[in-house]
Amino acid sequence: MFKYIVKRILISIIIIFGVTFITYALFRMMPDNYVYSKFAAQSATNPNWQEQAARVEHLYGLDLNVFVGYFKWLGNAIKGDFGNSFIDGAVVTDKIKQSLPVSFIMSLIVSILQIAIAIPLGIKAAVNQYGPTDYITTVFTMLGISLPSFFFSGIIIKVFAVDLKWFDASLGLQSGNFQGNGWQLFWNQAWHLVLPIFVETVLSLGGLMRYTRTNMLEVLSADYIRTAKAKGVKKRNIVYKHAFKNTAIPLITMFSGILASLFCGSMIIEQIFGIQGIGFQSYTATTQGDIPFVMAYNTFIAVLTVLGIFLSDILYAIVDPRVKLGN
Amino acid sequence: MDKENNNERDELLTPGTAEPVEAVNEEAKPQETAETDQPQETENLSDRVKVLSPAQLVARRFFRSKLSMIGLVTLLVLYLVCFIGPLFSDMDYKTIDYNGGSSSQSTEITYTVDGETYTMYDITYTESINLKAYPSADHWLGTDENGRDVLMRVLYGGQISLTIGIVVVVLETLLGVIMGGIAGYFGKWVDQIIMRIVDIFYCIPQMPILLICSAILAANEVNGIARIYWLCLVLVFFGWAGTARLVRGQILSLREQEFMLAERSMGVPVWRKIFLHLIPNVLPLLIVQMTLGLGSVILTESTLSYLGLGVPIPYATWGNIIQALRDFTTLQYHFHIWGPPGICIMLAVLSFNFVGDGLRDAFDPKMKK
Amino acid sequence: MEEKTENTQESTSPVPPKKQNAFVTNAKKLFQAGIPRASLQDYDKTPPTEEELKENILIVNHLKKYFPVETNLIGQPIRYLKAVDDVSLRIPYGKTLGIVGESGCGKTTLGRTLLGLYGKTAGEVYFDGADITDFGERQMNTIRKDMQVIFQDPYSSLSPRFTVGGIISEGVAVHKIVPRDEIKDYVMALMERCGLQPQYYERYPYEFSGGQRQRICIARALAVKPKFVVCDEPVSALDVSIQAQILNLLRELQTEMQLAYMFISHDLSVVQHVSDSVGVMYLGSMVECGPTDRIFENPMHPYTKSLLSAVPVPDPRRKKDRIILQGSIPSPANPPSGCRFHTRCPACMDICKEQAPVYREYEAGHSCACHLYPQE
Repeated sequence: MFKYIVKRILISIIIIFGVTFITYALFRMMPDNYVYSKFAAQSATNPNWQEQAARVEHLYGLDLNVFVGYFKWLGNAIKGDFGNSFIDGAVVTDKIKQSLPVSFIMSLIVSILQIAIAIPLGIKAAVNQYGPTDYITTVFTMLGISLPSFFFSGIIIKVFAVDLKWFDASLGLQSGNFQGNGWQLFWNQAWHLVLPIFVETVLSLGGLMRYTRTNMLEVLSADYIRTAKAKGVKKRNIVYKHAFKNTAIPLITMFSGILASLFCGSMIIEQIFGIQGIGFQSYTATTQGDIPFVMAYNTFIAVLTVLGIFLSDILYAIVDPRVKLGN
Repeated sequence: MDKENNNERDELLTPGTAEPVEAVNEEAKPQETAETDQPQETENLSDRVKVLSPAQLVARRFFRSKLSMIGLVTLLVLYLVCFIGPLFSDMDYKTIDYNGGSSSQSTEITYTVDGETYTMYDITYTESINLKAYPSADHWLGTDENGRDVLMRVLYGGQISLTIGIVVVVLETLLGVIMGGIAGYFGKWVDQIIMRIVDIFYCIPQMPILLICSAILAANEVNGIARIYWLCLVLVFFGWAGTARLVRGQILSLREQEFMLAERSMGVPVWRKIFLHLIPNVLPLLIVQMTLGLGSVILTESTLSYLGLGVPIPYATWGNIIQALRDFTTLQYHFHIWGPPGICIMLAVLSFNFVGDGLRDAFDPKMKK
Repeated sequence: MEEKTENTQESTSPVPPKKQNAFVTNAKKLFQAGIPRASLQDYDKTPPTEEELKENILIVNHLKKYFPVETNLIGQPIRYLKAVDDVSLRIPYGKTLGIVGESGCGKTTLGRTLLGLYGKTAGEVYFDGADITDFGERQMNTIRKDMQVIFQDPYSSLSPRFTVGGIISEGVAVHKIVPRDEIKDYVMALMERCGLQPQYYERYPYEFSGGQRQRICIARALAVKPKFVVCDEPVSALDVSIQAQILNLLRELQTEMQLAYMFISHDLSVVQHVSDSVGVMYLGSMVECGPTDRIFENPMHPYTKSLLSAVPVPDPRRKKDRIILQGSIPSPANPPSGCRFHTRCPACMDICKEQAPVYREYEAGHSCACHLYPQE
């Protein structure tokens, strides 16, 4: 077990190296004078742009070759120095800290809803395989998987905000001219988050539901379920006691993805609904070539993804008595 | 693995559960021969039994599934309409409709004279581009914000979107098969290195990295059709890891199968083992993976295009037509501009998913009913 | 696998422990922790004589096959499963050697290792007068057609995507046994000989029952005109009525084609039926080997005795003294010290726990490894 964990940590480190290196190398494929031109464009709002541009060049080792430059960046990054944003000169880590909470709350609610809806639905569909419930849920989840998020958001905004006027069509996190605080502010903001959370939940249901259904079907066709039936165990007990326990194990692997998604926000949905979360920030950063922010953001997600996979593997071994690590 | 084999075996050996294949067991049944031996003496019982190859069995199962048939038909219709439809029109994706009648602009000027308020309306008529027109006989789906016919753009957009999907998936699968095949076949340190690379590509945040690539393309001033080619390459480069992992796993498990050991004990040359035994056994999974992949590539491409970082305007793809909805008035009043491409994307992705699912079930007898 | 064999052989210099300082020896120990102790050549390499080679189609000396079960951080194996440990045997032309033992004792691994399907850890193999010990994959391919195998499971050993004809004729085509245009007739004749209707040529394996599939496997193995066939429990997956048919078929084909068999089974009565001599395996090593009648009438090793006493006799009046073994078979990854059988042996002595008995010949062709008998 210990050896396995050590091995996994080593591999995880290699992966993070790889991801950050690829991102860095990509960024070095930008044209030579890119940084200067970016800063020069902001000369009006940013009086000390030349100094900052020089700082960025230094931080990224643009005068060095790719490998040396990468390790220089890495050295700074390990110390927690990811540089300053091109857009407003703010420290990148501070920017991430500011925009993270909204995204995190949204994703948390989405994840909870997703689990609370998708797993029971998946079980239901599997138990009544080829029944009407199964077909309807399958078609709906397929729709969820196939809908482009921006298109679905558009429809939802048009229907619920524009036509039905249930929600504020001006979008954003709170009403434009809203004055107030405490509970009022809370409700106003919560009301604005309903639509994006709805969209994100619908889109994310499909994968988990199908996964639950497939696993449940597999378990339900196993011999020990047949034995339980033969023993006369109640159907309810078969499904929830015998089958679900065994379905829960593969479901754990799904949670590896959830950890990263909790923190990385959703670029497109946040952008459409005008919510200044981390996804929105990273979108603007990418389109405006804010390299320091993008590098930091990508590193952040990569670390979380790797951590998620690592944790789910360990969890898997703890939950499933059959899994032996290291073989 | 073992359990799976058992199931397959059970399924295959039960005659007549679903397949009309008469499993010929041990001895021929005498009555049947008696009935059928009059036409020719040489005809055997076995000539009369319809033998289905595994591929035919799969086809049968596939065509029986309703959802996958719906998907298949939808896809055929989409491809046909997108590629043939534009031939019947004199417009194309960049034709701008200049004679769209006149548009009027009114300005309200209010002024007060001696305590009385007068309001003057200054109305200017301009002969202009027929933009954001609602559906009509000339433009079945109206025109977009630049006065181009939406239907034409959707059809041409379909050509690009559907083609990009296929090109990317084929290249991605090729790369994945080569890498996964090498890793699985040679094992050891080769496997270690390739799988670590696969891990890295697996953990790269896809959307941000694609956005960065697009930004790089833009910064390097790659424009026009070249941008589309580059986009394909980028999608391939960041998309092969899944296939590689799949192929490797499949080859590793096949290598342990006894029939591969039998091939080995027969002294069959390596190329024969790879092309006649390994690849045909990996193929079903690959086909499924490719079909499902087509859907997701179309989705990814349209997302990029929607963000304005994919296929550049004036080229049309479904994604960049929907970009129109970022303008709030278009979102509010002009569903005819952004609705159709969205529905097309949905239909295409949905159909690929249905077909992929149907194929998976058809290849995997365990799932069938 | 192949590479590993080379590695271990490179490091098999039988260095007598010279006086070295403690640090160096410790370092060496640490370094050699990855190398199995027994792969150090602890026997005298004696190549078989001319006559022996002429008489026997297969001679195996001190064959070992270890599977790594645990590796350290950099991937060096640190613990092994000794599936086959120091097995020697010989099979004369046209004869059958039966191998019996409990499941998990390494019978199947032995068969596959001597065919070169698994790379061996150590040991020598002589086949048909040639030393094939160091043959690589390519060289092996040239002699593969002379040594064939019939697998235990007739279901997983047939490729599901090939027709019966395709399966049987593949080897024929690869090794050019008959001219290309005669392949079909040749295969059909062979199918008929193996009890399959020639019309099944275009059928797929999924259409057949276990017995017929096993016939297909036999036909596939014999299609390349081998001289030696490893039958790896060919009948244990089949029901008893079919077992007899298949066994008789194998015997007929043996006399017809002058085949030598190595017949692996856990069923003693089957082995008695088909074999000229019998080897008994326990936990990866051979404990006793001799002519069939001698083994069945006068077994030497306590393990063989207990096995034989478990064979049911179809006579209710005849009481047999059953020797019931205590406990279960130990893990081959962690075998007991000394004689491997001592944990379950009814005649266990003190020496058995400490020292492994020598496997030596007591009567003509009858060898045994047990402390009950004189060791030198």
